[in-house]
Amino acid sequence: MADARRVISVIVINEASVLSRVTDLFSGRGYNIESLTVAPVPDSKYSRLTIVTSGSIRVSEQIVKQLHKLIPILKVYEHADLVEKEMALVKFPVSENISDIGMLAAAYNGKIVNVGEETIIVMVADEPKRVSNFLNLVKRYHPKEIVRSGSVALER
Amino acid sequence: MQMSGAQMVIEALIAEGVDTVFGYPGGAIMNVYDEIYKQDGFDHILTRHEQAAVHAAEGYAKASGKVGVAMITSGPGFTNAVTGLADAYMDSIPLVVISGQVPMSLIGTDAFQEIDAVGISRSCTKHNYLVTDAKELPRILKEAFYIASSGRPGPVHVDIPKDVTAQMAEFDYSNPIALETYKPTIKGNSRQIKKAVDAIVNAKRPLFYLGGGIINSNASEEIRRFVSMTGIPAVETFMARGTLRYDDELLISMLGMHGSYAANMAMSETDLVIALGARFDDRVTGKLSEFAKNANIIHVDIDPASISKLVNAHYPIVGDVKGVVLAMMDSIADRVDRSRYVPWLETIANFEKLHPLSYQEEEGIIKPQWVIERIGELLGDHANISTDVGQHQMWAAQFYPFTRARQFISSGGLGTMGFGFPAAMGVKRADKDRISINITGDGSILMNIQELMTAVESNLPVINVILNNQYLGMVRQWQTLFYDKRHSSTDLSTGQPNFTMLVESFGGVGYEVTTKAEFDAALKDAVEKNVVALINVSVARLENVMPMVPSGGSLFNMMLASKEK
Ligand SMILES: Cc1ncc(C[n+]2csc(CCOP(=O)(O)OP(=O)(O)O)c2C)c(N)n1
Ligand SMILES: [Mg+2]
Repeated sequence: MADARRVISVIVINEASVLSRVTDLFSGRGYNIESLTVAPVPDSKYSRLTIVTSGSIRVSEQIVKQLHKLIPILKVYEHADLVEKEMALVKFPVSENISDIGMLAAAYNGKIVNVGEETIIVMVADEPKRVSNFLNLVKRYHPKEIVRSGSVALER
Repeated sequence: MQMSGAQMVIEALIAEGVDTVFGYPGGAIMNVYDEIYKQDGFDHILTRHEQAAVHAAEGYAKASGKVGVAMITSGPGFTNAVTGLADAYMDSIPLVVISGQVPMSLIGTDAFQEIDAVGISRSCTKHNYLVTDAKELPRILKEAFYIASSGRPGPVHVDIPKDVTAQMAEFDYSNPIALETYKPTIKGNSRQIKKAVDAIVNAKRPLFYLGGGIINSNASEEIRRFVSMTGIPAVETFMARGTLRYDDELLISMLGMHGSYAANMAMSETDLVIALGARFDDRVTGKLSEFAKNANIIHVDIDPASISKLVNAHYPIVGDVKGVVLAMMDSIADRVDRSRYVPWLETIANFEKLHPLSYQEEEGIIKPQWVIERIGELLGDHANISTDVGQHQMWAAQFYPFTRARQFISSGGLGTMGFGFPAAMGVKRADKDRISINITGDGSILMNIQELMTAVESNLPVINVILNNQYLGMVRQWQTLFYDKRHSSTDLSTGQPNFTMLVESFGGVGYEVTTKAEFDAALKDAVEKNVVALINVSVARLENVMPMVPSGGSLFNMMLASKEK
């Protein structure tokens, strides 16, 4: 069956062990999580997880149903029409062409966020695909370290 | 009121109406055992292994419909209990299992008898808790009983560190349960129910597919009425045995891997499957793409995750089977036209005539199926039937004349050898007036044989009937059929204890049976004496469970008989 990329948001009670309850459902089926972000929902006892995964539609549908069944889970959204953003931080040697890098970053909703004696750090925030493009583009500036945040998403 | 965590456990169990706890003490749970010693609100039954404590609680829960309770210590006590948790999870049995844990200050230090119990039980419980403060105990225990018994039932595990059982806090059990994130859907959607009823009225060859959810929902009375008012034939899953009486004209028998030819053919020919509390398990459906190929499917289940999990449902209805069936009866009322199904019932009768469930008697040797039938003739409704796992289990499901729900107690989903005897103890405890029979094999009975001591000591007169074929028979059957008769590690003929000496050393009674007359005498004697018994019946060694849908095959393609020499 066709594999598809899926973005699932899960609202959970913010308590110990809830994250492993969620991730166990994936690992128990040999299903990989591509990215996972968690943060508290403001002014509530809940947290929001955004999970990006890919695999057969049948298995992921089953996982979504099983997610609903977990006791400390309030809601599960499977996004169809969504706004999805991801952030990345990239460290470059100062010896690279800083103004070029800064301009590229700006094209991806980003900028230079830190300048040190030997390195600079650049932040971009964009759709995950575009973040990947940016990371491809800047390979020639010899990035020393890259960190991606994983996706967050909202239904339109 | 201020009290210790250990006292809270006792008070909560009493408040929940628990009359029996099965368990085994140890260091981390000693504070609670100290309080058990002081109280007289419930009985504690000391099993001789933690796995057996959980199986006994399962048997108790299945026979009574109440939540079963088991108590164990940390580390090895807990790991011994895991098989029981998994078994209860697979068969949706409501349990609360309470384990001791090392003190909070030692958690995560590889302390003596420390194991990450909630980490292990997470995947084989409906829910679990690690209690970190005695203040939380009343809420958690109350939630545990509620979660275990509501929605699709299942085991809930509560792990309590030793210092939490010593900690003093306020106990108030009157607070209502406030689980914002857990609200099982009980009432079926009425529009969907109407549509389903229309489909039933318009079908030519409808078929009830009755599953274990009916038993959990205590809906067998309603189902009996629904079936008889519509005149629609029914098949039962292994887990649903007893929903309809064995002699109900509309019951075609069990379906699935070892279901009857007629039941499986009916499923293959039906144009409308009415699935009630059934989950389309692979042992039932055989090859999925060929399952009920000509049919639309109505699927009623309390668990939304079960619906369209394996087979796409045309009429999905999430809700408690009992309520949904009552609503269906209301809605179908005067629209039933029984004459419509006459040709369909004739077709089924022909299937039944063509290949009835049967076996060949042989001179001079007892056939295992005969033993089951004979127990049925002699005890019938007066017995509850637990089983272990293997051929004997399938023969019990095929040949016992079940007359009521909760009469058949067997490990379906996990298929746990060693389940039967402790479960039968729990059954006896729950239903004291009936005879508790465990139909077992010469392999299975040795997994949990130590429970002879529990049964004798706690006066739980279970009659174990061993269908002794000197084989791990079910595995041998597969080896014969699919591994060219290479009977690897399944011949037990050189590894048999003296069962009578064994049971007598524990204080029970043993019987060696090689003839039918001896069997009758042994069973009557054990029933009369009301003792813990092992009846060791030498049966035909090479009998196979038939008919059979080979694993992954289609229901309509059954092996009907096989002779092995
Ligand atoms: C704990 C456990 N281990 C292994 C199995 C695999 N298994 C299924 S049936 C069976 C043979 C059971 O033998 P016996 O109890 O003598 O029953 P019989 O089939 O001979 O009636 C085995 C080993 C199992 N179901 N459970
Ligand atoms: Mg055997």
